[in-house]
Amino acid sequence: MILGQEPEGSASSPDKAPVSTGQVASETAATALRTPDPDEVGGPPAGNRFIAALWSANTVTVTVLSLFLAMVIGGVLICLSDPTVTAAYGYFFAAPGDAIAASWTAVSEAYANLFKGAIVDPAAVTGWLDGENTIWLALYPLSETLTYTAPLVFTGLAVALAFRGGLFNIGAQGQAIIGAAVAGLVGFGLHLPPVVHLVFTLVAGAIGGAAYGFVPGFLKARTGAHEVITTIMLNYIALYFLSWLIVQDGVQDPNRTDAISKPVDENALLPKLAGGDLRVHLGILLGVAAVVGVGWLLNRSTFGFELRAVGLNPDAARTAGMSVAATYTGTMVIAGALAGLGGTTVLLGTAGALTGSVVGNIGFDGITVALLGRGKPWGVLLAALLFGALRAGGNRMQSFSGIPVDLVDVLTALIVLFIAAPALVRSVFRLRAGRTGRLETTVAKGW
Amino acid sequence: MTTTVVDEAPHVVVRPGFWTRERRTGAVLVVLGLLAAVVFGLLAHADASAKFVLSENAEGPSFSIPGRTGAIAFGLIVTVAGVLLLALSTAKRWFGLLVGVAVVALVFSLLCSQISAASEGLQFMPVVNVTRQSIGYSVPLVFGALAGVLCERTGVINVAIEGQLLLGAFSAAMFATIAASVWVGVIAGGAAGVAVGALLAFFAIRYRVDQVILGVILIVLCTGLTGFMFERFMASDAETYNAPAQLPVWEIPVLGGIPVLGPILFRWNALVYFVFIVGILIHFGLFGTRWGLRTRSVGEHPTAADTVGIRVLGLRYWNVLVAGLIAGIGGSYLVLDAGFQFSKGMSAGKGFIALAAMIFGRWNPVGAMLAALLFGFVEALQTFLSAIGSPIPSQFLSMAPYLITIVAVAGLVGRVRAPAADGKPYVKG
Repeated sequence: MILGQEPEGSASSPDKAPVSTGQVASETAATALRTPDPDEVGGPPAGNRFIAALWSANTVTVTVLSLFLAMVIGGVLICLSDPTVTAAYGYFFAAPGDAIAASWTAVSEAYANLFKGAIVDPAAVTGWLDGENTIWLALYPLSETLTYTAPLVFTGLAVALAFRGGLFNIGAQGQAIIGAAVAGLVGFGLHLPPVVHLVFTLVAGAIGGAAYGFVPGFLKARTGAHEVITTIMLNYIALYFLSWLIVQDGVQDPNRTDAISKPVDENALLPKLAGGDLRVHLGILLGVAAVVGVGWLLNRSTFGFELRAVGLNPDAARTAGMSVAATYTGTMVIAGALAGLGGTTVLLGTAGALTGSVVGNIGFDGITVALLGRGKPWGVLLAALLFGALRAGGNRMQSFSGIPVDLVDVLTALIVLFIAAPALVRSVFRLRAGRTGRLETTVAKGW
Repeated sequence: MTTTVVDEAPHVVVRPGFWTRERRTGAVLVVLGLLAAVVFGLLAHADASAKFVLSENAEGPSFSIPGRTGAIAFGLIVTVAGVLLLALSTAKRWFGLLVGVAVVALVFSLLCSQISAASEGLQFMPVVNVTRQSIGYSVPLVFGALAGVLCERTGVINVAIEGQLLLGAFSAAMFATIAASVWVGVIAGGAAGVAVGALLAFFAIRYRVDQVILGVILIVLCTGLTGFMFERFMASDAETYNAPAQLPVWEIPVLGGIPVLGPILFRWNALVYFVFIVGILIHFGLFGTRWGLRTRSVGEHPTAADTVGIRVLGLRYWNVLVAGLIAGIGGSYLVLDAGFQFSKGMSAGKGFIALAAMIFGRWNPVGAMLAALLFGFVEALQTFLSAIGSPIPSQFLSMAPYLITIVAVAGLVGRVRAPAADGKPYVKG
C-alpha cells in the first residue's frame, strides 16, 4: 500500500471534529486523496501517516537502517572473534544466559567506547563539572571527529561532484596525494608571512590536484578513455611519485634517515580552533565553505547546470549545444582541486610533513562518503561527519575495548553496500515501497 | 555556440589523415630512441661491458656487450624502428614486429648502460634468474587477470580483484596453519574468493548496483575484514593462526634437467603450472566451446543471447563465481608460494595491476597472461636494477605498468575495447 492510496475513511475518522456540511466533507476527502504529504494533514492520522512515511523506504529510513544492519553485523564479528564469547557459546544449551550476556557485554562495551570516542564521554563531562579536568577533555571526542571529518568533506565532494557530472572519480586518492605533494613543496620551500603563506599553500594544493584531475578528464574528453581505468592507474603513479619525491635532496628532512620531508613552515599550517591540545583546525570550516561553494556551483551556476545535464544524459546535453568534452574536463579539474585541497588539509592540519602515506586513505574514503551523501553537497558533509565520527570513535574502541580500528572499514563498507542496494534493506525490514527512485545513487553503466 | 560542437562525441575520435596510429607510434619511438641513445649512452660505462649469463648466478655460458656502444646502438635501433614506422607505406603490416623490436631494444639499451655502470663484480645479469623472477611475480597477476577476463567477458565488471586476492591470502594463511596443510590453504583461499565473487554477483545481478562502485566497496570490506581478523587472531598468536608452510616445488622429471629452459619452465610449485594451464584452457574455452560462445554473447549482447534461449543471469552468476575461485587461489599463492605470513594489505595493489593486465591484454585470456608476464618482468627488472645499485629510481619502474595501461586505453598505441555489455545489468523485457 502506498501513501497516495490511503482510504478515504482516514480523513473523516471518528477522532476528527464532526463535519457540518457535505461540501466540506467532500473537500476533506479530496484533500486526503490529493496529498500524500503527511505535513499537510493535522490530527492523529498525521501521526499514523508519519509512521507510515517513516516505515516506507525513504532516504533517511534506509540510511538509518543500513547503519543499524552494519552495526549488527559488526557486533556478530566482535562476538565471533572474542574467545570469551565463543567459549560461552560452547555450552550454549547448558546456560544460554551466559552466552547472551557475554555477547552483550562485548558488543555494548565496544560500541559504547565508539560513541564515547566520537561524540562525548560522560565521565569527562562530569569531571569538568566537578572541576577535575578542563573542558577541553570533554570536547576532545568532538574535536577528533571534526579533525577526521575535514579532509573527508573535500574528497567526498571531489567524488560527488564528478558523480553528478556522470563521471566516477576513483582518482581522488591520487589527486589528494599530488595536491599534498605540491602544497608540501610550497609549504617548506617558500618562507612567507602568516596568512599569505597559508593561502599560497592551499592554492598550490588545489592547483596540484586540479592538474592531476585534468589528465583523466582530458583523456576522457579527447579519446574516450574510461575515467575509472585511468584514475585507478593515476592513483598508483601518484603514490610512487610521492615516495620518490620525499627522499630527494632538498625535500627529505636532513635530520632524519627515514622517508619524510622537511616540516612545513609554521606560517603555512592551518590554525587550531581550540585550546588544550585539541587537534581540530580551520580545515573543517574550509570544508563547510567548500560545501556551500559546491552547492552553489551545482545548483546555481551555468557550469553546474551543464554538468548535471551532461551527467544525466550526455547526448541530450550535446544536442542542446553544450560541450560535453569541455564539461568532462572542467568537472575533473574542479574535482581534482577539491581532492587536492583534501590532501592539503591533512598535510597542513595534522601531518605537518610529507610521508609516503601522508594522506592515508582519504581518497578512497571519499568514495564511500560521496555514495552515502548521495552525491549532494550537504549530504556529503553529513556523511563525512558520520565517517569522521566512526574513525575518531574507532581509535578509542581500539585502545579501550581492544577491538581493532579496522572494524570501522567493515562498518563503512557495509553501510554503503546496503545503501547502494536499497531494495535489499527494504526486503530485510519489510519496508513499504517508497519513493525509491530517489534512492538510486547512480545509474549502473559500463566501462 | 556553433553547431560544430555537435561533433564532440566523447567516444568518437576523429583521426587526422596523416597522423595514423603507425605514424604517431613511430614519432614516439624516434624520440624515445634518441633519448635512450643519449641518456643511457652517457650513463653507461665506456670501458666496461655488460655480461648476460645464461644461468641463475655468475657462472655458465654468457655473452657480453660493450656498455656505451651497446646502449647507443640499441637506442639507435629503436630510432630506426620509429623511422620505418613513419616512412613505410606498408607500416601497418609490420606494426607489431617493429614495436616489439623497439621495446626489446629499449630494454637492452637500458640494461647495457646500467649493468656496465654497476660496480666491479656486479657487471652481469643472471638471465635465468631474472626470467624466473618475472614469472614468479607475474603469477598472482595472471590469476587476477584471468578472474577479471572471466567476469567481464560475461558482462560483470570486477574491480574487486584486489579484495579477492587479499581475502584469499588471509584465508589461505589461516586455514593452512590450522590444518597444517598447504592444500587446505589453497582450497580455503579459493573459497574466500568465491565468497567475494558471490557478493559481487548477488549485488550486481540481483540488485543491479553499479559494478564499479560495488567493486570499490568490496575492496574496503575485504581490507577491513582481513585487518580486523588479523588483529584479533594473528597478531597475538602467529604460531596458531599465521604460520603457513610453503608449497612444494614439483620439478618435472627429465624436462626439469634441461639447461636454461628447465629452471625457467619446469621447476615450479603446483599453482604456477595450474594458472598457466587454466589460462590456456579458458582461452580455448572462450573461443572454441559452446560455453565460451554463450559467455561472450552474454557479455556483448545479452538481449540477443536471451532471445535464443541462453540463461543470461545464470551464466553470469556461474562465471563470476568461477572467477572468484581463480582470484582466491591467486590470493593463496601470495602466502603459500614462499610460506610467507599474512600481513595487512599484503596484496599491495596487485589486484589493480591485474586489472591493468586484463585491459592491456584486451579482455583476452592469452593477452592478459602476456601482459601479466610483461608487468612481472618490469618488477623483476626493478629488483635486479636496485640489486646492482642502479641510479634509476625504482619508483619510476614501478609506475611503468600503470603508465603503459593509460597509454593503451587512451588509444595512443592502438585502442582497447571492453565487451559491449560489460557492467550493464540485464533486465529481461
